[in-house]
Amino acid sequence: MNLDNKEHEKSHLIGYGTYVLSWLVLLSLAILTVTVASIDLGNFTLFTALLIAAIKSALVIMIFMHIKYDEPIFKVFLTIALLVLLIVFVLMGFDIFYR
Amino acid sequence: MSISAKAEDNTSLHTEHIHIHRDDVGAKLGMWLFLFTELLLFGGMFLIYMAYRLEYSTEFQISAKELDVALGTVNTLILLTSSLTMALSIAAIQRDKKILSMLFIVLTISLALAFMINKYFEWGAKFHHGIYPGSMELAEKSNGEIIFFGLYYSMTGIHGLHVLVGVVVLLFMLVFVARNKINSINYMKLENSGLYWHLVDLIWIFLFPLFYLLH
Repeated sequence: MNLDNKEHEKSHLIGYGTYVLSWLVLLSLAILTVTVASIDLGNFTLFTALLIAAIKSALVIMIFMHIKYDEPIFKVFLTIALLVLLIVFVLMGFDIFYR
Repeated sequence: MSISAKAEDNTSLHTEHIHIHRDDVGAKLGMWLFLFTELLLFGGMFLIYMAYRLEYSTEFQISAKELDVALGTVNTLILLTSSLTMALSIAAIQRDKKILSMLFIVLTISLALAFMINKYFEWGAKFHHGIYPGSMELAEKSNGEIIFFGLYYSMTGIHGLHVLVGVVVLLFMLVFVARNKINSINYMKLENSGLYWHLVDLIWIFLFPLFYLLH
């Protein structure tokens, strides 16, 4: 128990600066996605929008949600959950395209 | 001054090695499991969105032009900033800065309310133009447009509900911090509320480009 708590104190102390920096990157990415949307990229519009959204989520999950600093078990759980979601989306995509 | 006095107090607490029956990793794991169910809830709706967007891509693009990109962008910036203040409130309580932590929680709640006020004006304008679920004007539109606005109202609506729940949760956390129930050695409640709040932000990160930025 004690060891556990100590480990926590060490791993969870993330600097204010790290958060502010991530926030600035997130704001820039939000502005970028709005700017890019005004340019006609044809079929790539959805792709770029989703790519930027994915980068933003990765940043929120890693830094704000502390996954980067957490025990490995959290990374395993999250990976499995996201993989399940991905599989469902891919299967649904196949169903729509090959109907 | 008072801060250094607090810091001293804090270190003395740490050296005492108090044995508290608590499982922080378990608590956090439980929160993540709940977040996965939320992921499935919204994932299902995004799945429906994908299916209909592929079927009615032109109608979706026409309907999306009626949404206010400026309001959507402002709300995106508000939610991202609220995620920052949320994370900072945890960073502050870890360093035993109680007042600073409370200030950041209040800021997060204010930003959440600002988000909802924007949402109110946005939805209000749509209602004013006769576009709301079950309206006569919407019923005359094509299937694709009806589905777009149906998804828009249900997805941003359930997201908005999550924002309101977040406000209530954070109000409780504010009281807990004020009463020292949440402190520098036991802040798991605040951390888990933070996880929930960041999930709400994450969902908006996807909702925003998928609804507002279709051209």
